Amino acid sequence: MATLYEGYTLCGVGPVQNSSNIGILGVEQGGDIDHVLVTDTSRSITVYKVKGVTSYAINTFLKQGQIISCPAVFNTQSQEYVVVTDDRVVRVWKEDDVNLEKAFKATVSADVLKVLSATDSEPVVLFCCGAVRFLDSLLASPQQPMEDVLTEDEIIRWSTIVKAEHQLVILFSTEQRGEHCLYVQRFNPNTLVKHRFETEPGLSAPISFSATCRGSNIHLLYLYLNGSVYESVLPFRSSSTGAEGVQALSRSLCLSLPLGEEKLMSGAAVVLDEAHVAVVGFPHPSAGACKDYLCIWNTHFQTLQASKEMAGRIYSQLWCYSGKLYVPHGKMLSVIPFDCQKSSLAAAMGKQKQTSQSESKSCRFVTSWTSQSCTDVTQTTEIKSRMSTRNVSDLSIIPTSAVEDVQAEVGEFIRRTPQADLQLAAGRVALELVSRSQTDANFYPQCAFLLLLETRYLCYSVCPELLSLAMVKKDFHLCQIAFQIFSDIPEAVTCACLKTILSTPDLEMETVNLDMDSVIFMKELTQAHSRSDEEGGQLNGFCHPALESDVSDTPSNKLQRDPFALDMSCPVGLHKGALLNEVLQTAYSDRSLLPHLKDLTVPQVIVFLQYLRFLYLKYSHDAHKQIRALRTPSISQIIDWVCLLLDAHFTVLAVAPEAKRLVFDLHKFVRSQVKLYAELGKIEGSLQVLKSSKQSEDFGMYAIQVIELF
Amino acid sequence: MGEFKVHRVRFFDYMPSGIRALAFNGDTERMAVARMDGSVEIFHCSDRFFQEKIIPGREQCGIEGLSWVGERLFSAGLNGGITEYDLTNQKVKYTIDAYKIPWYTFLVGCEDGTVKLFEVNEDKIQFERNLDRQKSRIVSLSWHTSGSKIAAGMMDMIQIFNVETGHSIHRMLADRGVGTSRSKECVVWSVVYLSDGTIVSGDSVGMVKLWDDQTGTLIKSHNVTKCDVLALSVSQNEDSLVAGTSEGTVVQFQFVSMVLGKDDKEWVRTRTFKNHTHDIRAVAEITTAVVSGGMDAQLVVKPLLDKIEVRSAASALRKIHFPHRRLVFCARNSGLMLFQYPGHLELWRLGESEGKGSSLFVKRNPEKLLHLKVKGEDHIRCSAVSPCGEWIVYSTASSLRLYRLHYQRFLFLFFQISKLPKVLSSANQLCFSSDSSHLFSASTQSSVHIVSLSQSGCKFVGTLKPKSGSHQAIHLLAASEDGEWLASANSDHEVHIYNLQTRKAHCTVPVYSSAVTAMGIHPTTNCLFMMYADQQMCEYSIEQKQYTDWSRTVQRKGLHRLWMERDTPCLNVMFNPQNPSHVILHDTYMLCIIDQSLPLPDDKTQFYNQLTLKSLTEDQRKSHSHAFKVCKTFKDILCVELISDQSLVVVERPLEDVATQLPAPIKQKKFAT
Repeated sequence: MATLYEGYTLCGVGPVQNSSNIGILGVEQGGDIDHVLVTDTSRSITVYKVKGVTSYAINTFLKQGQIISCPAVFNTQSQEYVVVTDDRVVRVWKEDDVNLEKAFKATVSADVLKVLSATDSEPVVLFCCGAVRFLDSLLASPQQPMEDVLTEDEIIRWSTIVKAEHQLVILFSTEQRGEHCLYVQRFNPNTLVKHRFETEPGLSAPISFSATCRGSNIHLLYLYLNGSVYESVLPFRSSSTGAEGVQALSRSLCLSLPLGEEKLMSGAAVVLDEAHVAVVGFPHPSAGACKDYLCIWNTHFQTLQASKEMAGRIYSQLWCYSGKLYVPHGKMLSVIPFDCQKSSLAAAMGKQKQTSQSESKSCRFVTSWTSQSCTDVTQTTEIKSRMSTRNVSDLSIIPTSAVEDVQAEVGEFIRRTPQADLQLAAGRVALELVSRSQTDANFYPQCAFLLLLETRYLCYSVCPELLSLAMVKKDFHLCQIAFQIFSDIPEAVTCACLKTILSTPDLEMETVNLDMDSVIFMKELTQAHSRSDEEGGQLNGFCHPALESDVSDTPSNKLQRDPFALDMSCPVGLHKGALLNEVLQTAYSDRSLLPHLKDLTVPQVIVFLQYLRFLYLKYSHDAHKQIRALRTPSISQIIDWVCLLLDAHFTVLAVAPEAKRLVFDLHKFVRSQVKLYAELGKIEGSLQVLKSSKQSEDFGMYAIQVIELF
Repeated sequence: MGEFKVHRVRFFDYMPSGIRALAFNGDTERMAVARMDGSVEIFHCSDRFFQEKIIPGREQCGIEGLSWVGERLFSAGLNGGITEYDLTNQKVKYTIDAYKIPWYTFLVGCEDGTVKLFEVNEDKIQFERNLDRQKSRIVSLSWHTSGSKIAAGMMDMIQIFNVETGHSIHRMLADRGVGTSRSKECVVWSVVYLSDGTIVSGDSVGMVKLWDDQTGTLIKSHNVTKCDVLALSVSQNEDSLVAGTSEGTVVQFQFVSMVLGKDDKEWVRTRTFKNHTHDIRAVAEITTAVVSGGMDAQLVVKPLLDKIEVRSAASALRKIHFPHRRLVFCARNSGLMLFQYPGHLELWRLGESEGKGSSLFVKRNPEKLLHLKVKGEDHIRCSAVSPCGEWIVYSTASSLRLYRLHYQRFLFLFFQISKLPKVLSSANQLCFSSDSSHLFSASTQSSVHIVSLSQSGCKFVGTLKPKSGSHQAIHLLAASEDGEWLASANSDHEVHIYNLQTRKAHCTVPVYSSAVTAMGIHPTTNCLFMMYADQQMCEYSIEQKQYTDWSRTVQRKGLHRLWMERDTPCLNVMFNPQNPSHVILHDTYMLCIIDQSLPLPDDKTQFYNQLTLKSLTEDQRKSHSHAFKVCKTFKDILCVELISDQSLVVVERPLEDVATQLPAPIKQKKFAT
């Protein structure tokens, strides 16, 4: 999950020119990783050292009457700052020169648009006419004539520099009579390729761009005012010479941001990593009309990961340097640190790959989402606008009607709504149902929820309250279905559910109607135990190493000492076991789960551990292989949970008398495993020696060596 | 026990020469081997195949056939000569021109189609007469035991001659191959005339055929190979026959009865051995084994396990790659190496190293100082470099040359000593005294000539003669460090010790049944340490004229089984001046340091224990170590020498390198390649 931490104000934003979407000229990376260079629209350039929640600044002011034309940049190669004033004067100064008037300056022959700098490379100067020069070559002869790359009325709207593998690429977009183009300037050899942005009726120009380099491609992300975020992939090294004329830029929709009722004026997006995009200026999907939100979206799963309200006016500006977002809003520039862990869902997909059956099932909604949104972009947008009006009218009965009516209406709604629309609609309906259930204690439309879940268009992020509601209502059936379908349940919620399940008495559990498949699995598992007991031992004469090693320890109470013959009865009821199995199969990341696991009480931990051990023993006796079930926890999932539980509660378990035997048995088991692995390690070592001794070293014709004889 | 700095040298490009002919003498148990370069070697079959004698070859001297007549050895070569060898002095006795002869035995088949008959006299052979002249070349010949008939293998046919009349009795046509080889002549590479009148032939079509000499008809034919059958050999009692092919396989046929208990015997193909990579040019069946040799230059002794009753060193497959003589000599005090090639000598200076670790950085590479070509056609018989590195001597069958080297800082002077004493006309073995002041040259009749060397030249000092009066040539010489003693070993297994002060024979070591393969005189105790071909070792005190206590202990307790089972002889004995109880030995596969102060291993102890000792602590090592410290790091060792800075020079000649320099073998289709 991505997190937005508490931010703070870095500086104020100067008086704003009316209508422009620019709060400040720019924020650029400074000389150090935590230095940023803020160029105000007023006449100041400030270097901030942003560390933790503090910052300090060095100001550089310009004389009255001078205008800064573009954001100042830091040249990491020469450790100098570069800025352009009055369109044509390039000024270069070092950190200790506070007075810019004394700094080096050169007047160039054409209007400069921007100085672009990437780390460890020479800054590049982009002229308004589209010409590009390296700073050092420009300063060597400032008055060199500039060629006109762009036509007369073509204006550069946005530009950036991308660096990878010591190769620089300059991207800039232009506007000319409503037509938008992207230019890609590569160096060595110098090539300029022009691409045309696809235009559609109703779509104006992209309002925000963000380019990153990934592998050997440049990923350009751009945001339209209608909430569509498109991605175009450009090769880093171009094979074309640009002579083929203007090519249309191929694009793919990677995110459709929800729109509120109000017409948007500005907004910005910046790529944080492969999967995350920070967006400012677009409304929160469940927060209603207020649009001033900074949101982090996961483009892979189309989920909102984190959000933060931004007070004041939002500009079409957003920067991201070394784990911090720089957002100008209202009259201030805020620094908001963020953290994009690999999302729980992404990690989940990795973990769940072990159980292939469940994966295919739980991922279905994700795949259908993306495939649908990719294939028919225009249709989606159309539908969306249609739906937002219809939804409300159709299900207006939700806040008032009785449970039965609502359930019937929801059933009807699901049947009626086309598949493509259902995806978004189901979430809205579920949200409304949950919010009514939370306020009205008597209202709980279980059937409606189940119907909605069965569409498989719900996921946890769409309707976060649903699962906790089900827990409160002790609706374990719904819980089970949700666990099976949701693949993005946060670890905290997983733990809360686990706690509820463990604290519910078995008797109460047995009455719950659960998914038959999982109950059958549990039945078989417990029966397999009694069957193997009747047979009187292992099938293949398997004798656990712990058995032998233990005999020597205390031969007196041999019966007591065999941890693997004991406790083969299931410590929990069938239904509880089935639910616990669902929990075991949820996706999680260790780091996030661990703190929440500590909420469990000691008796709960012990029962859970006993159950896990029971499962493990069953598995190691190959019992589960004879049972046919769709969803079964894998052995590595079981082991992972045992480790996590022990990590979270080890000190408590070590002193709790009732846990003593359990911990002791587990210790025994681990010891025997360690012994086994040590022996295997030895074998491996000696095999390695054998292998290496076989290889005769080749030293050529002559060598002087030292041999040792004993 | 200690560390040794080792110069591992692999730039000695010694190439063993391919084997062309074999001849086994059952009476003396000797195997004569003729090589492509014209050299003839005598192996003692019952003494672990020790290479007793080497008669070096000459340029342009290809031997095509070898034959024993009693204890006399004859060869016939392509240059048209029949040669008898003087085995006592290990040289060519005389050569008779028989006019373009490719083949065989005093009855000689000629390229011009004649079979010439020679009479073997006491000291010469004499041409007797020609048999009927044939149109095609005669490739192979074989006598019938009666002496009245001869079978001759020719192109496309075999002829039987009556010796008395000289006329051809039968002509038997050998079939050509099928397909494309139809157009090629079928060469009968080898014929064997059995005493029961059966003629066996091996030909270029890959057939071994049996013929009846009475009717001149084919009895049976065996398709042995797709290539040529190059060599045939029959056992002495004529119940077994081996054929060597150009694929490198040896095929055995046995004369066995088809029905148990009946006398109705037939030749049946029984076994196939593949121990060669190249053409087999010669095979011979000896009492208990099949010996084969060919273009890959190795002599392979494959024991026939049905003729061996107990498992011993003799029952193991034996491959002889390298001569049992030293080809590398080191100047101990100056870090020089002398490589003896058949036709030239090379003098190298060892490199230098710096740093520490198991593999040192080579600061200065070894450099070749001298490339000395032999004058004349004869190949080098023996050579030596003096310990100080100033003198180089070599001898061929006909001449001996002594050179003096002089090094200055950047200057390298080299000149031949022109006026040599007359006794130094040729030598069987050469050796310098440890202070480089004298040269010892082993001469005829087991005598040793002493020559003193000085700046001005060399002077004959005297001759040492053994008391026994043996005439066998000396193959080993060893001088003591203090210049008092000289030991010589000859092919009669005699070891004589001379006092150099009095120039008289001092004593003779009791004669042992096995040949001495290496010996050395201990620098401090003046004990003579000898290694024998059967892997026994003896230490003989020169001063007390008796075996030392240690030697007696070794004989009493016996050597370890694994030591005795090694199949290559020890070729050098060295002593560690820093530790008088250490004796350093080596054979082709290992380097061994014998610590005489440590207990001897018995058959129960682990013999190759270096790896075990390495893993033990210092204290534990003491209880586990024994006298034999074997280092198996090196392979295919030609020479190990301890030089004065306590470092070892190990000259290796990896067999893979030899294999890569051999001509390509006959192409064979291999699966999955």
